[in-house]
Amino acid sequence: MDIQILGTGCAKCKTLYANAEAAVKELGLDATLTKVEDLREIIKLGVMTTPALAVNGKVKVAGKVATVADIKKLLA
Amino acid sequence: MSVPDEVAVPAPECSPASGLRLWQAAVLALLAGVAWWAVYANLAPAARWLTYGALHLPKGAHLSSALEFFLFEVPKVLMLLVVVVFGVGIVRTFFTPERTRAILAGKRESVGNVLAAMLGIVTPFCSCSAVPLFLGFVQSGVPLGVTFSFLIAAPMINEIALVLLFGLFGLKVAAIYVVTGLSVAILAGWTIGRLRMEQHLEPWVLELRGGGEATLDEDRLDWGARVQAGLTAVREIVGKVWIYVVLGIAVGAGIHGYVPTNALAGLMGKQAWWSVPLAVVLGVPMYSNAAGIVPVVQALLGKGAALGTSLAFMMAVIGLSLPETIILRKVLRPRLIAVFVGVVATGITMVGYLFNALF
Repeated sequence: MDIQILGTGCAKCKTLYANAEAAVKELGLDATLTKVEDLREIIKLGVMTTPALAVNGKVKVAGKVATVADIKKLLA
Repeated sequence: MSVPDEVAVPAPECSPASGLRLWQAAVLALLAGVAWWAVYANLAPAARWLTYGALHLPKGAHLSSALEFFLFEVPKVLMLLVVVVFGVGIVRTFFTPERTRAILAGKRESVGNVLAAMLGIVTPFCSCSAVPLFLGFVQSGVPLGVTFSFLIAAPMINEIALVLLFGLFGLKVAAIYVVTGLSVAILAGWTIGRLRMEQHLEPWVLELRGGGEATLDEDRLDWGARVQAGLTAVREIVGKVWIYVVLGIAVGAGIHGYVPTNALAGLMGKQAWWSVPLAVVLGVPMYSNAAGIVPVVQALLGKGAALGTSLAFMMAVIGLSLPETIILRKVLRPRLIAVFVGVVATGITMVGYLFNALF
């Protein structure tokens, strides 16, 4: 599983990254987490509001910091 | 007897149990509303009592007048802020940026400018998202001028500005602010569109045009989630701006209590024709959210500053800011930034003169 955290490095993006990391750990998933900080890449994924989270190239959350519980629901 | 407990089926969504919860929620909301109103309606007597009764300050003194103002306005504005931010937080769950973009993508310029400015008020927007939002709009073919109408209206007319204007100035000034703010956003966006500035976007931005847009799964929210979003908005927004409200009102209270009435008539009054452009020039590079600036302006108005000059100053401070233009530099060439700031500042100046002439 490929999880991307999209955002240009704001505080909220870091929180989302940490939440995603925690969710993956709690679920015991074999997933790679990557940060996408380049604006062009972010726009290509169709995201207009950061932070956003994409799973396998598909945007699941945009414009808000999803909680660990939210992310676990998305990944399960 | 033989039926094991595990078989008990969880109540479905529409069972009487959840109906009861809804009923309880309604009663709770009503009680909260009544309690809110009871406190709100008694803030003025409470502030008076605290100032003159509990603290025994003399009537008519600078300090007591400033303190009474502060003790009344701070809780009043914060209480209004909580209610409005909660309501707007719920309304905004219906207007995602993605949906706004879909609405604007197919529109012609003039209609698009009007719609974009109005959607700017209700679409959730934070200046840190200005660039991705801008790119997303351009990518799906929203005309440049329409995009600007949105970008101008979104920060200028927001719930915080409206609460403060309504709380400190009253309904009339708040309504004037909305109407003129919208007009500036519509006309400035339209003007930028007429100027055909597309070639002053950064080249890589133009390449995005017409590119496919990924779609986000629509959030299907129930009312529980919408209320939750309202509460989150209260926690995040009020949690962030309360300190500016307190500081802004403290400065306002100082002006209110210590600066003599009409002290500013010469400097910021109607007679001084140069005061409007000066207010705009001073206001553009200044950055404060509405929470900090409105109480100060309200106090200035009470000391002889003209309404148009005050409005122009507020719009310039809230609507245009140096940090935002620096962020936009990533996608706009300097010439387009200059046009953007110039057109908006001109619009604001015109608003200032108009209201100085009318009132």
